[in-house]
Amino acid sequence: MATTSPIKIGVVGEAVLLRNVGKPEALTVDGYRQRGGYKALEKALAMDPAAITETVKASGLRGRGGAGFPTGMKWSFVPKDPGKQKYLVVNADESEPGTFKDRVLMEHDPHQLIEGSAMCCRAVGASVCYIYIRGEYVEAGDILERAIADAYAKGVLGKDVLGSGFQLDMVVHRGAGAYICGEETGLLESLEGKRGQPRVKPPFPAVVGAFGMPTVINNVETLCCVPHILERGPEWFKAIGTDERNTGPKLYAVSGHVEKPGTYEVPIGITFHELLDLCGGVWKGRALKAFIPGGASAPVLLEKDRHIKLDFDTLAKAGTMLGSAAVMVMDETASMLQVAKRSAKFFNHESCGQCTPCREGTNWLEVLLTHASHGEATVQEVDLVPIVAKQIGGNSLCALGDAAAMGVGPILEKFRDEIVAEMKEAAARGPVHGPAAHGVAGRPTLPVLHGV
Amino acid sequence: MPAAARVKLDELRKLYPTERALLLPALHLAQKHWGGWLPEEAILAVAAELGLPPAEVYGVVTFYDLYHEKPVGRHRIRVCTNVPCMLRGSAELMTALGEALGVEENEVTPDDRCSYTHFECLGACEQAPMMMVDDTYHGDLDAEKVKAIVAGLE
Repeated sequence: MATTSPIKIGVVGEAVLLRNVGKPEALTVDGYRQRGGYKALEKALAMDPAAITETVKASGLRGRGGAGFPTGMKWSFVPKDPGKQKYLVVNADESEPGTFKDRVLMEHDPHQLIEGSAMCCRAVGASVCYIYIRGEYVEAGDILERAIADAYAKGVLGKDVLGSGFQLDMVVHRGAGAYICGEETGLLESLEGKRGQPRVKPPFPAVVGAFGMPTVINNVETLCCVPHILERGPEWFKAIGTDERNTGPKLYAVSGHVEKPGTYEVPIGITFHELLDLCGGVWKGRALKAFIPGGASAPVLLEKDRHIKLDFDTLAKAGTMLGSAAVMVMDETASMLQVAKRSAKFFNHESCGQCTPCREGTNWLEVLLTHASHGEATVQEVDLVPIVAKQIGGNSLCALGDAAAMGVGPILEKFRDEIVAEMKEAAARGPVHGPAAHGVAGRPTLPVLHGV
Repeated sequence: MPAAARVKLDELRKLYPTERALLLPALHLAQKHWGGWLPEEAILAVAAELGLPPAEVYGVVTFYDLYHEKPVGRHRIRVCTNVPCMLRGSAELMTALGEALGVEENEVTPDDRCSYTHFECLGACEQAPMMMVDDTYHGDLDAEKVKAIVAGLE
């Protein structure tokens, strides 16, 4: 493996999605079969394609990439016209800060993804599947390419999938480092060889997608759920989780100030408190200050929210989101000003530049927060941050603007006094020099007002 | 384009309905051939290969973080400095690299051996703080481990 760290996973109950992690034999078709793989695909190939979609619908599976859209419903939007070329594009561009679960799935169980993808292709009548993987995941991409080559050699892919007459080609398409390419239409643009600037919707990809043809775009983990749903039935899947809108096993990627960061497979709807326990608690015996439940785009939650259920609807009701289920934990010593500044810097860097509110707004978020962290902003400027954030939200073509607004604004709202105090401490230390002083080169900056 | 890249592109051509879709794969192949970055010669070669205006190719190159318009070291080090790595000490890794290599971020060492840069989330937050050396992820790092890794690079 081209990673030097040990595998870091945890499971409550039965390992479903992670069952092959740490089992290198699962990297080959034969080994994967010996561990029970490809039975679900055989079953699906014998079914009416529409029945595959119905089964996925009945399971209540919702997309694991961030938006939580019902998967079966997404598939059913693809026109049934048999003469038309259709595509499946696997979104393996996992770039939401804090998220690493799809990398684990691809590095350790590539055939689970190939199997789930093949089932989706069969259901919607797609004959080509592109796996768009972020360029940084070199090793995961190599593992997938080897698994795909083996699948062709063993008749799992190609002209006659498992002797069923169904034809399917699959190819790994490597991205080149751009968060926006995880947005589904930005991804399509990138796949087509362009800058990854999101498209206006509608038309939605299910009707006009890759190369102008109907296209399903699904996240890696979402597709990995599909073989298990087909094999064990939608009722089995539905029985796991909070309620019928929040079903199935779920991977939570836990990072930050915990003793045991890692990928945890648990029934969807585990509380944050329980998940934190699984991770050995907050590191160094410290107290919890805050946590972000769904990647850098999700509004931050506080220590008092620790018993919240981590599912789609509970988190939405609390004004945040499950997103990619990347749970970032901050201990009592964490600087929320630094967290906000780093997130703002990220969104500014990754904004594709198409929509003015996002392009300019994310820049101002970074400038204001950089000044604040150097002790060079006024209190009014700190209070400007959530206002700028609100003006980005809802005013851009894609969700990146919303993500920046939700990821940064609430930190300032919830930790305002702490952030102002930290800024004043920085001001008392005097001006910043050296590497820490780097501002936003070549961009407009606010006039610096000293002596707050 | 180098012959080996041509062979690979011909294979891929069968799987895509447009020539333009080969642009990202072609740029990856070109960057590998031209020593980890894309001089003008490489951009012109890719444009000619795919029948695209060089400006279109250049526009794509500048959009993506993994394509480099300036020379890089033989070994490229990318340090994740996003929130999860920041919380666990990525700033220390950046400082250690500066000390070990004696150059600033995005500069190349005089012997062309290394260049380093901070990077957005690399998707390995369970190993934070971490960095990528060429294609390999190195996790659970501290300043000492970073210096040992750098010392081992040829």
